[in-house]
Amino acid sequence: MAINRNFRTCPSSGLVFHEPAEKLIRWNAVVAVVFLLVGGILAIGVTLTRWQAVHMLDASAFYQVLTAHGLNMLVFWIIFFEIAVLYFASSTLLRCRLATPGMAWTGFWLMILGALMNNYSVIRGDSSVMFTSYAPMGAHPTFYLGLILFAVGALIACFVFFGTLVVAKNERTYVGSVSLVTFGAITAAIIAVFTIASGAIILIPTLLWSLGLIEHIDSLMYRTIWWGFGHSSQQINVAAHVALWYAGAAIVFGAKPMSEKVSRAAFLLYILFLQLASAHHLLADPGLTSNWKIFNTSYAMYLAVLASMVHGLTVPGSIEVAQRLKGYNNGLFEWLRKAPWGNPAFAGIFLSIIIFGFLGGISGVMMGTEQLNLIIHNTIYVPGHFHATVATGTTLAFMAVTYFLIPTLFRRKIMFEPLAKYQPYLFGIGMAGVSLFMMGAGTLGVPRRHWDISFAGNVFGYEFPGAAWLMMGLTGVSALIAFAGGALYLAITVGSVFFGQKIETPGFKHVSAREGVGAVPAAAPDTPGAHAGIGAWGMVAPGTFVLALVFLASFVLYYFVNWKYLSTVWPLK
Amino acid sequence: MSAILPPSERVWWKQPLDRVELIWIVIALVWCLIMFFMMPYWHVYGKQNLANEAFRTTPAEFLKKTEAMIAQHKVREEGAQGQKVPVVAPPAGSDVYLVARLWQWYPILELESGKSYRIHLMSMDWLHGFSLQPENINIEVHPGYDHVLTVTPTHKGTYSIICNEYCGINHHTMISKLYVK
Ligand code: HEM
Ligand SMILES: [Cu+2]
Ligand SMILES: [Cu+2]
Repeated sequence: MAINRNFRTCPSSGLVFHEPAEKLIRWNAVVAVVFLLVGGILAIGVTLTRWQAVHMLDASAFYQVLTAHGLNMLVFWIIFFEIAVLYFASSTLLRCRLATPGMAWTGFWLMILGALMNNYSVIRGDSSVMFTSYAPMGAHPTFYLGLILFAVGALIACFVFFGTLVVAKNERTYVGSVSLVTFGAITAAIIAVFTIASGAIILIPTLLWSLGLIEHIDSLMYRTIWWGFGHSSQQINVAAHVALWYAGAAIVFGAKPMSEKVSRAAFLLYILFLQLASAHHLLADPGLTSNWKIFNTSYAMYLAVLASMVHGLTVPGSIEVAQRLKGYNNGLFEWLRKAPWGNPAFAGIFLSIIIFGFLGGISGVMMGTEQLNLIIHNTIYVPGHFHATVATGTTLAFMAVTYFLIPTLFRRKIMFEPLAKYQPYLFGIGMAGVSLFMMGAGTLGVPRRHWDISFAGNVFGYEFPGAAWLMMGLTGVSALIAFAGGALYLAITVGSVFFGQKIETPGFKHVSAREGVGAVPAAAPDTPGAHAGIGAWGMVAPGTFVLALVFLASFVLYYFVNWKYLSTVWPLK
Repeated sequence: MSAILPPSERVWWKQPLDRVELIWIVIALVWCLIMFFMMPYWHVYGKQNLANEAFRTTPAEFLKKTEAMIAQHKVREEGAQGQKVPVVAPPAGSDVYLVARLWQWYPILELESGKSYRIHLMSMDWLHGFSLQPENINIEVHPGYDHVLTVTPTHKGTYSIICNEYCGINHHTMISKLYVK
């Protein structure tokens, strides 16, 4: 079979797209958005039920809808989009043909089949087991089988990605090292392979167990291995969205990484130290020693935390440098004031960084501390935390790059452009509220995955403090804002992709790889002192440094407030 | 070069780093170390730590011990007609058994403030979540693992134990009392 070597150059961005890769990126992104739509509709049911004044669904529907919301959002929306990112970061950024598009399509269809099968099992009604599906609570076999097929498809996509890197290297489509964004994508893909392996180790026996072929699944073993899968997959998301932060800074500002060394080393830390972070899901479990818990949460986590704190500085830092070089060099924050706040690609990335760091990062480290976990475990604080990390940090970063992909990849004008400006703010601020108020309610003890905290009709009922009810109400109100932002995103993307005004490219033609697309010329080395004259205090990015210190101060304060709170609960040993 | 293009220095690991990055890395590393040392520190000086003590056992075995405790220390029964739950007041320092099962905590405990108890937690079936309110102490309860905690209630009052690990359709009805006198 002849290899398709057709490329086109995007006239607005200069990016070079390989025809089969382009089609795959488009389809993965489109399917991702469909799952976001499904998950979003389900989120309405979940939220309006937990908002006790509305209490929309009955108990069984609630647990069913919650299971489906978790899966469609966390697994299907996020991973389909990530596959698109992987193909983009390899084929497009390296100006290289995609290795084995046929295999890539096989992976794609397996993922579709798996996602549909899993949703089918939940619709059946006998698989409302939440996305964690903790054994010995069992689901219909198609629940596990669907997830396994999906994972196999995703694994194939990872290998197509690695294959593409090899092709790029062999065909010398780039000079020197791969770009930082590609490097981040490699990080994500390597973690993905480990993750999917853990998933296979736990889901395959569970499938056999649901079929009656295996007698017993130990609940602790299940939770330990499952979180090796469940947590590592969050690391994929972090690596992917951090890569997109860098991409966003590069696209919007032409920013270059402050130092390739630091940013890449931080990605390496993710690979080295995130794998065992599953331990922080087991801090309140019996049968594991404190030494194991401390070792695995800290060595495995705090160096990864360090890495995230580094990215949190270098991404805005690189934007600051780029802005200062453009002349916005006055004071500490002129670069930020003069940023393109009306550009949804920028606003989305910026809010993603802030919400991920301030809300998701701080809360995650706090509750991942062995003893502090006691006052948090399984409360609604936990979904509060990850709605800041993945539901806002990752999702908003993905939304932001869509505004860039629509004109370059789909060659359509963005529809409802005046409204698109507000979309990241509506979604970001709404979700920040959802996260924050869920965390507030969790601090007051409100459980997660719970249909009725009024305990109506129960002789042993418990009355949560009024503040907890207020928090749940405010979660609902914030969710309405987030729904508006989500709906707007869906309207804009679907509208633009299918009905947007076509961008015609005069003289557009496909070029063959060998002739048309030369290697990217190596960039001229930086002249020493190119940064001279910007910044203050001997720093090129003093404004970012101040923001980082504000972050650190909030972190330290919040961390110790929680120790104080812990010290007041019943002694326990 | 920008982050979506190959780096200008072929040997990217030799690129110098800026002062702002260096300072921040040092600060962040120190903070990560502090957070790390807080955990062992609390094991030595703090009062709220989870036990390392847990035994593998069977539901039948655990239930037998629970029933024996109930027979010895039962003080009364509470609950709706037809589904009364025994209330037990075990002596300070003794082994106290609390069963988690679909969808009930069994039995109800009555403890004394300022005294310590060895509470054994185990599930008979699926995972459950021990969540003591309004103290807000939360512990995962597994089937097959007898988890022993030495607990010292500090204030008198009526507390609630709710289940905060999703355990099926009646998860939200799994609630009980705990009295501290
Ligand atoms: C408008 C946006 C959204 C709203 C208002 C929302 C709201 C909620 C609420 C209220 C819960 C239930 C918490 C509980 O009862 O335990 C929940 C659960 C969850 N959400 Fe969202 N969500 C949104 C978007 C997302 C997104 C974008 C993701 C992932 C990328 C996501 C992932 C999850 C997951 C994994 C769960 C946990 C399900 C479980 O506990 O099994 N959500 N969401
Ligand atoms: Cu339960
Ligand atoms: Cu439960």
